[in-house]
Amino acid sequence: MTALLEIQNVDTYYGPIHILQGLTLRIEPGELVCLLGGNASGKSTTLKTVLGIVTPRTGSVVFDGEDVTRRSTSYRIGKGMAIVPENRRLFAPMTVLENLEMGAYLHGGGKKEDFDRVYELFPLLYERRSQLAGTLSGGEQQMVAMGRALMSKPKLLLMDEPSMGLAPILVERSFEIIKQVHESGVAMLIVEQNANVSLSIADRGYVLSTGRLVLEGAAASLREDEDLRKAYLGR
Amino acid sequence: MDTFIQLTIDALTLGSVYALIALGYTLVYGVLKLLNFAHGDVFMVGTFIGYGVLQLLGGAESPNVPVWALIPIITVAAMAGCAILGVVIERFAYRPLRDAPRIAPLISALGVSFFLANSMQLLFGATPRTYNAFDLGNGELYFKGFDIGNVRVPLLRIITIGSAFVLMIALYLLVNKTRTGKAMRATSYDREAAAMMGIDIDKVIRFTFILGSALAGAAGVMFALRVPTTAAIGFVAGLKGFTAAVIGGIGSIPGAMAGGLILGFAESYTQGYISTKWSDLVVFSILIAFMIFRPQGLLGRADIRKV
Repeated sequence: MTALLEIQNVDTYYGPIHILQGLTLRIEPGELVCLLGGNASGKSTTLKTVLGIVTPRTGSVVFDGEDVTRRSTSYRIGKGMAIVPENRRLFAPMTVLENLEMGAYLHGGGKKEDFDRVYELFPLLYERRSQLAGTLSGGEQQMVAMGRALMSKPKLLLMDEPSMGLAPILVERSFEIIKQVHESGVAMLIVEQNANVSLSIADRGYVLSTGRLVLEGAAASLREDEDLRKAYLGR
Repeated sequence: MDTFIQLTIDALTLGSVYALIALGYTLVYGVLKLLNFAHGDVFMVGTFIGYGVLQLLGGAESPNVPVWALIPIITVAAMAGCAILGVVIERFAYRPLRDAPRIAPLISALGVSFFLANSMQLLFGATPRTYNAFDLGNGELYFKGFDIGNVRVPLLRIITIGSAFVLMIALYLLVNKTRTGKAMRATSYDREAAAMMGIDIDKVIRFTFILGSALAGAAGVMFALRVPTTAAIGFVAGLKGFTAAVIGGIGSIPGAMAGGLILGFAESYTQGYISTKWSDLVVFSILIAFMIFRPQGLLGRADIRKV
């Protein structure tokens, strides 16, 4: 089976600072992979490298059979990536509907079936469609952010810290939705600090530390790993 | 009463020109957070493009095209010319500085402003150029029109105010209803998030410059139909447009429209009821008052930053 996403030996720099150091990572079609690590471990930079917001100095990013290392973000999204950014980053002064339209920007602003699909997953968004996104509660905003990313029918959904800033009950609800989306066949790369929750739903996991991969494997075995438990699971 | 009506018509004419200029400031500020101080000079170039095309078509006295088509033709020409100029300015003066500290593009903008004003002066001299709109169809634009009380509202004024409002409504619809317009709003709220949606930021910025500069071109023709133009008018016009944008709340489109009209009214009534010498004083006093009591402007949103 060919991988959906394959990052090969990537080195990414911010100016003189070496962030990702020889990172190699792959995601199979339909797989849910989580990327764990503490602060400044390079998790967000990995997502930015996948999306093409930063370009690696060496190494390659292959998505859906094509080398996209030098391609623009816009190209990659057109090819089937989507992201739920850290802190959701909704367009607060725009309506829920307009936010969803922006998610399908490269697909002409969204077809009726795309809206239907998202509204089916989040019926609340249909009720709130004319409301300004900035006036919604945190949990509702999370739904908009996920709905917005799903509008383009992505093959690979990237999620940057989906649990951040959410009450525990909402974290649980979020991950239920993530599971549900995953079960519909969307591959996902989830970047998380909350290792416990994300490993519970992931197929596989990678652990980053200061820009290097320190651990990888099936989610179940990572949950049992002594070092990881000490570092992230707190028990 | 007649004076009041007359001044109100003047206010609307002046105000709609200011509003169109202010829109260019506010649009560009929205997506780039840049005060495009070259904008007034784009407006000035617009007055000259209109003048040049008018001469090419035979001038106001004996035009080669029907009178009713003349004003639309020169307006569209000025809009197109300014749009191209705007794109060129963005590409060469601002894009290379996109990630530089904010002061750098600001200095670049001032440089472009001086460059345009001085090169136009070099090319066309300092003699004021007039459209001689009075000669169009033997004064038709001035004599025809309708009356409010004893005051004649000349056709030229109706055309100016009318087309300014049409342009503003068109812009409002474009920004709020079209996909590109929504992408502009998204980009102006959060550029990075917009890029993550697949929106091509360069394209959005270029489009914004096209819109803003085209509006300045239209404003240039409306202005120069009434007042002779020189290469030096860009500075003051830009300053007034900027003031209008700040009063309305920079970044806000309805704000720029409101700010322009407020400025028009303030200027016109001051000139009529107090003294012509006082008009700039009043205008900039309003600006200072806003800066002190409502720095986010009439319709702007206060800048809340995440820390």
